[in-house]
Amino acid sequence: MTENILPRPKMRSGDALLRSASFGYIGLLIILPIIVMIVRSLQGGLSALWADITLPQALFSLRLTIVTAFIMVLINIVTGTATAWVLVRYSFPGKQVMDALIDLPFAMPTIVAGIMLVALYGPRSVIGSFLKGYNIEVMFNTPGIILALLFVTFPFVVRAVQPVLIELDQDMEEAAKTLGASSATIFFRIVLPSLMPSILTGAALSFSRALGEFGSIIMVAGNIPFRTQVASVYIYGEIESYNPQGALGLSVVLLFISFAILLLLNFIQYWNRRHENQ
Amino acid sequence: MKTNNPGRLVLITLVVGWFAVLILLPVYGIVQETVKSGLSLVVSSLSTPHARHAFLLTFWITLAAVIINTVFGIIIALVLVKQEFRGKLLIEGLLDLPFAVSPIVAGFMFIILFGPNGLIGSWFEGQGIKIIYALPGMIIATLFVTLPFVAREVMPVLREAGLEQEEAAYVLGASPWQAFWRVTLPSVKWGLIYGVTLTVARSIGEFGAVIVVSGNIINRTQTATLHIHQGFTDFNYAAAYSAALLLAILSFTLLITMQTLNRRTNES
Repeated sequence: MTENILPRPKMRSGDALLRSASFGYIGLLIILPIIVMIVRSLQGGLSALWADITLPQALFSLRLTIVTAFIMVLINIVTGTATAWVLVRYSFPGKQVMDALIDLPFAMPTIVAGIMLVALYGPRSVIGSFLKGYNIEVMFNTPGIILALLFVTFPFVVRAVQPVLIELDQDMEEAAKTLGASSATIFFRIVLPSLMPSILTGAALSFSRALGEFGSIIMVAGNIPFRTQVASVYIYGEIESYNPQGALGLSVVLLFISFAILLLLNFIQYWNRRHENQ
Repeated sequence: MKTNNPGRLVLITLVVGWFAVLILLPVYGIVQETVKSGLSLVVSSLSTPHARHAFLLTFWITLAAVIINTVFGIIIALVLVKQEFRGKLLIEGLLDLPFAVSPIVAGFMFIILFGPNGLIGSWFEGQGIKIIYALPGMIIATLFVTLPFVAREVMPVLREAGLEQEEAAYVLGASPWQAFWRVTLPSVKWGLIYGVTLTVARSIGEFGAVIVVSGNIINRTQTATLHIHQGFTDFNYAAAYSAALLLAILSFTLLITMQTLNRRTNES
């Protein structure tokens, strides 16, 4: 209200300046690079781009990326929700320390995360040589990729679910309990539906992160075509061997999946807000 | 709800066990691996010219990224919170893109744009300025991956602070500049420090985007994370593990800082 009464002539030109500065910065660092990449990928025609994407090696790396990311998300949904539940609803010794350490994977450089996993499960380590005795190879293999993804994305679901669980009204649960519902029924019929949007948000964020992950994966899985080469490692290999054309196909695919996930996240948020208002 | 739940103990054990194996055990793994090398080897691997150059380069890139993204982060937050314009939601959505884009793809985009044959890069090449495979490109890549942090942390604080105090400052005759330094900036202080901490952590740790644009030239464009990777591929495990442990300790310190800040923000 007061805004209209107060004279703020000086702010007008200042406002415009600030706006141009932010548009210019976002335009130069985010919008322009994306547009230039998309234009460049279309220069050879759609069929050439499609041919690059459908090369057997490219297609294999894309499939490996999506499959490992999907397995990681399924595990994270269960463990992340359970972790949030335990941290919010129960008390146990060391709970505060654990709560603080949940974000450790976000603070840790991904290459350090990769080195840690190699130190622990690699062929030189105690666990690694023990597993090797049973013919289980974690490093330079698919389980290593999933393990690295689980490490770097661990906080996403926990941190998405935790605040919702704290705010959740427990009256309904108490009522259901009085009416004789089992804990399982209470969880799946009452708690889980209200947590669903936040679980989906955490899942989408970790999936998006996993599709682009590079540092930890190159350490634990290396760069073996048709075996451990994920999409980001494939793109890196093409750039390093001076074949930018070959790198464009999968880059554009990853870019579009990122767009789609961002749209999905905004949709979940919008849907959630509308749901709450009703 | 609290007692008489037989599954409770089992669930706590499972969750804590999973967390310990997935997150804590690897930390122990790297400490043990470094200790195995012996303290003198750790110190000597960290004081080689390559290692020192790499850590110093990481320091300068982080400093540049923090300064530039703090200034633009605050400006973007001010614009998105205080101004109304068409396409605001679109800009807000675009602001999150660096979190969603693969660092490798990000680095690749900058090669296309700023490389010797790129739209902008070719002009700079004509002036004799190299961006890609040089420091400017590495700073640009780091700016991209850390762009949202300050803006995203300042925006909610700014929204909550509201306009009243600022309006009061104007009524009392303050200039926009005075109002910003004396009223707006202090009110977003904690959000800003939190955003800066996140920017520092990510800048120190960035690997994918930087390796793509840097060309990975030893003693020239090799940062700390690239130095770790180099040590590992050269089977120089002592160099890789000791540098990794040093970065891990740095990140751990930043994490503790973040948690302390978070608690403070929640209290105030």
